[in-house]
Amino acid sequence: MPRTSHWILRRLSHLDGILLVLVMVLLGISLAVVASASGQSPARITGHLINIGLALGVMVVIANVPPHLLSKVGPPLYVAGVVLLIGVALFGEIRNGSRRWLNLGFMAFQPSELLKLALPLMLAWYFQRNEGLLRAKHFLAGSALLLVPFLLILRQPDLGTALMIGASGFYLLFFAGLPWKVILGGGILGAASLPVMWGLMHDYQQRRVLTLLDPSSDPLGAGYHIIQSTIAIGSGGLFGKGWTQGTQNQLDFIPERTTDFVFAVFGEEFGYVGAIFLVGLYLAIVARGLVIAARAPTLFGRLMAATLSLNLFTYVFVNMGMVSGILPVVGVPLPLMSYGGTALITLLLGMGILMSVATHRQLNKS
Amino acid sequence: MKFATPLKNLDRELARFHGRLKVGAVFVALLATVLLARAFYLQIMQHELYIQRAESNRISLVPTAPNRGLILDRSGRILAENYSAYTLELTRAQIDDLEATLAEVGKLIEITPGQLRRFRRLLAESHEFETVPLKSKLTDEEVAILAANRYRLPGVDVKARLFRNYQAGPGMAHVLGFIGRINDRDLKRLRESRREQNYRGSVHIGKTGLEQSYEALLHGRTGFDQMETDASGRAVRMLSRIPPVPGKDLRLHLDAELQAVAEYAFGDYLGGLVALDPNTGGVLALVSKPGFDPNLFVDGIDPETWKSLNESPDRPMVNRVLRGIYPPGSTIKPLMALAGLELGLRKPGDSIVDPGYFSLPNSSHQFRDWKRGGHGVVDLQRSISQSCDTYYYRLAVDMGIDRMHDYLAQFGLGEKTGIDLEGESSGLLPSRDWKQRRWNKPWYPGETVIAGIGQGYHLTTPLQLAVATAMLANGGKRVEPRLVQAVRDPLSHAWQPLPGGARNQVAINPAHLSVVREGMMDVMRPGGTAAASAAGAPYTIAGKTGTAQVVGIKQGARYEASRLAREHRDHALFIAYAPTDNPTIVVAVMVENGGSGSGTAAPIARAVFDYYLTGKRPGNMKLEADDAAD
Repeated sequence: MPRTSHWILRRLSHLDGILLVLVMVLLGISLAVVASASGQSPARITGHLINIGLALGVMVVIANVPPHLLSKVGPPLYVAGVVLLIGVALFGEIRNGSRRWLNLGFMAFQPSELLKLALPLMLAWYFQRNEGLLRAKHFLAGSALLLVPFLLILRQPDLGTALMIGASGFYLLFFAGLPWKVILGGGILGAASLPVMWGLMHDYQQRRVLTLLDPSSDPLGAGYHIIQSTIAIGSGGLFGKGWTQGTQNQLDFIPERTTDFVFAVFGEEFGYVGAIFLVGLYLAIVARGLVIAARAPTLFGRLMAATLSLNLFTYVFVNMGMVSGILPVVGVPLPLMSYGGTALITLLLGMGILMSVATHRQLNKS
Repeated sequence: MKFATPLKNLDRELARFHGRLKVGAVFVALLATVLLARAFYLQIMQHELYIQRAESNRISLVPTAPNRGLILDRSGRILAENYSAYTLELTRAQIDDLEATLAEVGKLIEITPGQLRRFRRLLAESHEFETVPLKSKLTDEEVAILAANRYRLPGVDVKARLFRNYQAGPGMAHVLGFIGRINDRDLKRLRESRREQNYRGSVHIGKTGLEQSYEALLHGRTGFDQMETDASGRAVRMLSRIPPVPGKDLRLHLDAELQAVAEYAFGDYLGGLVALDPNTGGVLALVSKPGFDPNLFVDGIDPETWKSLNESPDRPMVNRVLRGIYPPGSTIKPLMALAGLELGLRKPGDSIVDPGYFSLPNSSHQFRDWKRGGHGVVDLQRSISQSCDTYYYRLAVDMGIDRMHDYLAQFGLGEKTGIDLEGESSGLLPSRDWKQRRWNKPWYPGETVIAGIGQGYHLTTPLQLAVATAMLANGGKRVEPRLVQAVRDPLSHAWQPLPGGARNQVAINPAHLSVVREGMMDVMRPGGTAAASAAGAPYTIAGKTGTAQVVGIKQGARYEASRLAREHRDHALFIAYAPTDNPTIVVAVMVENGGSGSGTAAPIARAVFDYYLTGKRPGNMKLEADDAAD
């Protein structure tokens, strides 16, 4: 069927070659590490392959949607997300002491996931609309758009997600040109309010921070995860123990090792050389993303590409920092490495947006 | 719409955006540097530490307790052996609500109040992470019930444990002793002697008796399995194994049948008996009545039973042979006679006329003979056979307390015998020096007089009397009593003899010794004080009776056993050896409140001699099926 294959090729031309290669390499590593971490469980590997397939499909589809169409999705998605967050606050299900889940009858899901892309899309749409006219009032309105979901998620309570979503919103405001004096002022104000924040934090949140400062204070409780994952990473050494040879991994010492703590498995089996390679891959994706941002013809494209790139590395930093014991334990997966469908789809959706921005230049210019 | 400004703005915004991109890139580079620095710290700088921690995570040393050595009697009968049984054990640290758990377990299997009390006592003595037994020797059915319910009872475990069985019962308790759970004191001692590691898999340790004194040989060496374990502590595979080395078996000089005969011969009386081989010091029998059931202690004794044992007026926990100290009374006379001869104070033919009392010069106080009116003309040999007190009052005065002390000391009086059991008493051999040191008082001549018949400050254990008697039988060799004659190596199965010790050899003029021996033989011949107990024996016995006063008798009053409450009657003593031409067994008997040595103590010795020398059991003693020899 020559006609069909031609159609597919044409559509596929909207994929960014460099990003595609980098993503595929990372997914390949992820497949190997998840296989090792699950004791080469066929069910896990198959599940992961299905997730990867689905997510790649989503990426291809999004890459072929022109940015100006994508930008139009921002407002309704944002409104829907905020409405759902309010729904959660009113009717949400309580799991593990916080109200994060909305039960739709056939499935339960966290509306905060939706905001991870909806907020940058909304802000980028808003700034695009006011391109060239940006003033203080626009940044004030942007900050308000950021604060509404941030505060709603914060009071679920889910400090980790609130901060991650807050960061993505902040990056967008930053790239849109938020004045330095506002940033610095806010930073100083934030630092000054830390003691107040501490007082407002929930017990379990305070405990997480304390456990981070001294994991040995709670070696059988929350500190156990950090202790075991740092042992795994540290025992990996320069070259690692080899694929499927990590004892911390194989003997169940690493918690959540196919999902949030997958870097501990990777660090143990591939060592410091592996870690450099992995961080290098992420840096390459970020670099490619920033190049796409620099070349993007529209403000929407620029803001989205830059924000998504920085956002990706923020996730990498928070996850690796947590697993290697320099940040508190927050439930953040390692982008493109951790097992888990939702996070993978969200991420490759972001990659799709990047590719769309990268490949729809000419069309938009006209 | 104003075009100029937005366009200018557009350029400015684009320039600002590119600047911000650079800031973003720098920011990301900074974060990446932090991550890689952390990874460098963990994986390169601290690698040694973490590889070590990963290894200790992964590898656990699982101790395997060695089998404890067996204890066998001289003909291989098993006295102490091991068996494996299931016990129900609780770990306090893993249990949230102890009372609820106990109630729950009580619903599943029967827990007696005694077991519960014992459990609480053990719990109070142990650490939170130790497992404490609630019930041992579970039936198969109980094991099945508990296994089925284990999932809802965290901290409750069924474990296979090695136990000790003392099938010989209470009669052997003072010889074997018992093992018990290792407590804080034991742990401290093990730590101090650096043996702690060897007890990592052990629950029990020897507490008394042979179990205590031969602990080092009986315990064996703990083995270690080097296991690879996963995070939940489940063993994944064995990496290496150091097998445990079982403890050594002990073979005793002691004859379990002879022991049973001796115990039987006591009847209802309490007291102690020890039979030695005079040539080796081997302990042939060692009875302390009453005994107790050592099996009670193996798994921890419940507080009620412990209290009743400890507070019983019969004091069943005291080994009377080692720790019972009594005035030797007349049993000291053969030694006194020998001292008189050896020190040149008496000649065999010398005799006295006994008026029935003795008075010191310039004193009206009369030291009475036990026989009213006296024994008439008494030479040395007769002084023994008739147990003439007056003879020894005078001899003691002639000798003086210091020479008496020095001579008797050579026979081990006032000193521990060195038996291979712990807790022995050294008794008391009085001297002028001792009284000055102990009481800061001068020695009075009257005290020398009564010392001559083994009264006053004199205190001896039955074991000391047996050793001194053995020296009369073997010609002066001071043997150290030994229960164990050989140990068996668990690997080669070869018995290795454990030679008995000998302290000193007392040089004795054979002529003098033979006079004393003749006197002791006369004791058992018609006309002697214990003649009745030798009647019809196909071998000859040399012996000496004695009594140890329990209550003081007033000057001039007579001691009449029948008038006294039983607990105020004198303790009866008897020492003897047989056969006289070539002695192979020495016996010392003490019968508490037995009245007279000839009446109660000598017949017991006779029963022991009969069985040991001829194989004859006491007439009405039930024949027990011999335990199959090993």
